[in-house]
Amino acid sequence: MESFQYEQVKTVDAAVAAHPTQRGGKFVAGGTTLIDLMKLNVETPQVVVDINPLPLNRVESTGDGGVKVGAMVRNSDLANHELIKQRYPVLSQALLSGASPQLRNMATTGGNLLQRTRCYYFRDTAYKACNKRNPGSGCAAMDGFNRIHAILGTSEHCIATHPSDMAVAMMALEAVVHTEGAKGERSIPLDKFYRVPGSTPNIENVLEPNELITFVTLPGLANGTRSYYLKLRDRQSYEFALSSAAVVVKLNGDRIERARVALGGVGTIPWRSREAEQVLEGKPANIETFKRAAQAAVTDAHPLHDNAFKVKLVQLCLARALRVVTQQS
Amino acid sequence: MQDKAEISTRNPDDEESARQTEKATGASALRPTRRSFLTQLGVAGLTITAAPLIAQSPAASPPVEAPAETPASAPGAVPVTLNINGKPYQLNLDPRTTVLDTLREHLNMFGTKKGCDHGQCGACTVHINGRRMNSCLTFAVMHQDDKITTIEGLGQNGHLHPVQEAFIQFDGFQCGYCTPGQIMSGAALLKEPVGPNDDDVREMMSGNLCRCGAYDNIVAAVQSARRKG
Repeated sequence: MESFQYEQVKTVDAAVAAHPTQRGGKFVAGGTTLIDLMKLNVETPQVVVDINPLPLNRVESTGDGGVKVGAMVRNSDLANHELIKQRYPVLSQALLSGASPQLRNMATTGGNLLQRTRCYYFRDTAYKACNKRNPGSGCAAMDGFNRIHAILGTSEHCIATHPSDMAVAMMALEAVVHTEGAKGERSIPLDKFYRVPGSTPNIENVLEPNELITFVTLPGLANGTRSYYLKLRDRQSYEFALSSAAVVVKLNGDRIERARVALGGVGTIPWRSREAEQVLEGKPANIETFKRAAQAAVTDAHPLHDNAFKVKLVQLCLARALRVVTQQS
Repeated sequence: MQDKAEISTRNPDDEESARQTEKATGASALRPTRRSFLTQLGVAGLTITAAPLIAQSPAASPPVEAPAETPASAPGAVPVTLNINGKPYQLNLDPRTTVLDTLREHLNMFGTKKGCDHGQCGACTVHINGRRMNSCLTFAVMHQDDKITTIEGLGQNGHLHPVQEAFIQFDGFQCGYCTPGQIMSGAALLKEPVGPNDDDVREMMSGNLCRCGAYDNIVAAVQSARRKG
């Protein structure tokens, strides 16, 4: 691991004022992504600013039936929080499906959104061709073993999958990310937060240098809205998704009045599927509707040499999730 | 009667932990453990195949040295006091030092194991402020004022933690390497919201891998400890 200068800050102002980016540095919270990648020399910050003391660890009700989640709330606390379990089961399920109990005790809300891909070639600096680590150097995964890679949102420069479960659930819940930076505060809807790789896979989100996520808000859901997260993977636990679906649905009788769909394990970013939502809304909640919605979700899918199975798997995953959520009472 | 182990230390806390190590492991100049013997070979630059080895008596070998602390004057060394099993340890550490490496390489507390060093196996599980965490994925300097509990601090001889007792009763280990992490995980689990069934325990112990495959007995042990309250 490369040497670095360690600093700790106790307030958001101090964190922003530490301007780590200008100094070739990063914030550290749970460390479960950053320290992992520092050990691999994929991340080599010269300064590490420890934000663990920041008073951003509350989960609070907001006026509209929604919830405000501090950026430092640990994943396990968020998953087990009464407000989340009651109002947003999809989020609790998504969090509990990820990582391990130990990691969930360490990882934070802000950090989970910003976690980096598990692409083997990104994580191994012996592979020089990685446009995400080293823009312009090529992509070793393209002609390599790309079973875990993305089928949606890819480009000729990068096919790496975004690994978060929490972010997929938050995408379906239309979360808003709140930040503080040199220019003050701003609010970024989660579906505008991430950047697909395009020709700049090294840029993963819209955060400015030194901008810090302070909290995330989830809007209130109408009474009777149900939500569910289904994650499919090689192992039953402690494994990333091959395909996952977060669905948030409100029925009116046997018709789908409102639907939000996000997919995991298949996108270069947590994948909001408006294509599926448009097929679902106003239609009867039956298997034909679910299948057509799933087909719509993969219209722009680009399968690779080793991950073509994901095109079918994610459809089955979404159709199953919709069936489960619409059968819940 | 065993002589005090010749472990050179730089600060009183290391010396105290060396005394505890001697008490725990029985290492001494007259009766080395496998660990101290192999370490001496390494220090003397010898390998196991070297001929002079046979003639060498442990008493004449160079003393086992605790790995050098980063001196306070070294660039980048950060002072930190860690509270481990109820005792304070004053250290000057390279900030890259994880809690795991601090325990094993600086404090001679070898109970916590290094399996993958990347938060993927759970062998390094400790409690920090009562919560189970992977000590390999957090820097020691981040934990000033935090309460750290390791396997050494979970129970005492004659007064084991219920999970430790259950692991013995239900034969919850084979080689023992994953076991401290399993026990630390299980002990923390007793205070977490977990469903009642074996499958629930399997899920909530899934962060601890066991290459020997002692999982069935591990689950039985944890369930037994849970039932005893």
